Amino acid sequence: MLNRTRVQSGEPPKALVGWQGVAADLSSDQRAFKNVSWGKAMMWIFLLSDTFIFSCFLIAYMTVRMSTTVPWPNPSEVFALTIGGVHLPLILIAIMTFVLISSSGTMAMAVNFGYRRERVKTAALLMLTAILGAAFVGMQAFEWTKLIHEGVRPWSNPWGAHQFGSAFFMITGFHGTHVTFGVIFLLITARKVWRGEFDREARGFFTTRKGNYESVEIMGLYWHFVDLVWVFIFAFFYLW
Amino acid sequence: MAQTAAHADTQQHPIKLYLVVWGWLFILSTCSYLVDYFNLEGTLRYSLILLFMMLKAGLIVAVFMHLAWERLALSYTILVPVGAVLVFVGIMAYEADYTFLTRLEFFAPGP
Repeated sequence: MLNRTRVQSGEPPKALVGWQGVAADLSSDQRAFKNVSWGKAMMWIFLLSDTFIFSCFLIAYMTVRMSTTVPWPNPSEVFALTIGGVHLPLILIAIMTFVLISSSGTMAMAVNFGYRRERVKTAALLMLTAILGAAFVGMQAFEWTKLIHEGVRPWSNPWGAHQFGSAFFMITGFHGTHVTFGVIFLLITARKVWRGEFDREARGFFTTRKGNYESVEIMGLYWHFVDLVWVFIFAFFYLW
Repeated sequence: MAQTAAHADTQQHPIKLYLVVWGWLFILSTCSYLVDYFNLEGTLRYSLILLFMMLKAGLIVAVFMHLAWERLALSYTILVPVGAVLVFVGIMAYEADYTFLTRLEFFAPGP
């Protein structure tokens, strides 16, 4: 048994780099991703499938926007706010972008401190990430409320092509749901870190596997992905 | 045993790296916002939006998600299928263009 595990996680010879290394990894017995644990590999595979889902939404949006004969509402004006008498285009979306990027920054540092086994700092940074994420969802709720009051519906809106509403609610709604679930899992992970469950390798209530600081990195992969999707939504839906 | 071996090389990088990337993401986001603020138009607008978007996405995936330090087998498994998405984009762009022309024809005032 010991021997088998060693073979599974063993590194292929150092000589195999580049494409030869890729071929050797992928054709090796049982375990293709050599130094990556199953949890991390599965999170990556999940994120790839999620990439396809968001791609389909954005491609659908591209298709309806390109094929409509009615002018598309100008997002720069639709999402403008007047703050203190100054008319600022797209300002709320810009603030949301900075909030989400900041949460990605704190998440990356939480992962780093996790591997240094600095329990308190990791938990604090995870909490900060969760708070920034919640702030993002809050601003999105504000944005939805504002647009619904202005008469935007999935089937119509006052400014132009009707498909604007359906694309907007579908894309930002699905992204907001991802952020919300991310915040919930951030809080769960922060609690585990705070209680020292990764330090004493407490078994998870669901998986019964030993706790490990790698959970923080896997959580981070998901959170950075949510930020990554926002980069594309910001570019294609709000700026285009 | 497998667990210990798998975590022998955990992702350890100086905090400064993350702060620098964070700073760059802020700068790039500001640049994207300014594209809209200054009302740039046409090819310049679209190319700048795409440029800043790709730079931001690259920084997040490579540094924050540590893909730059993963083995090539994992990187290619994740990045190559994304190419299929680009093919899909191309297909649907053609399709949308065709639908648009058909609609123009259909909605055009009769002779």
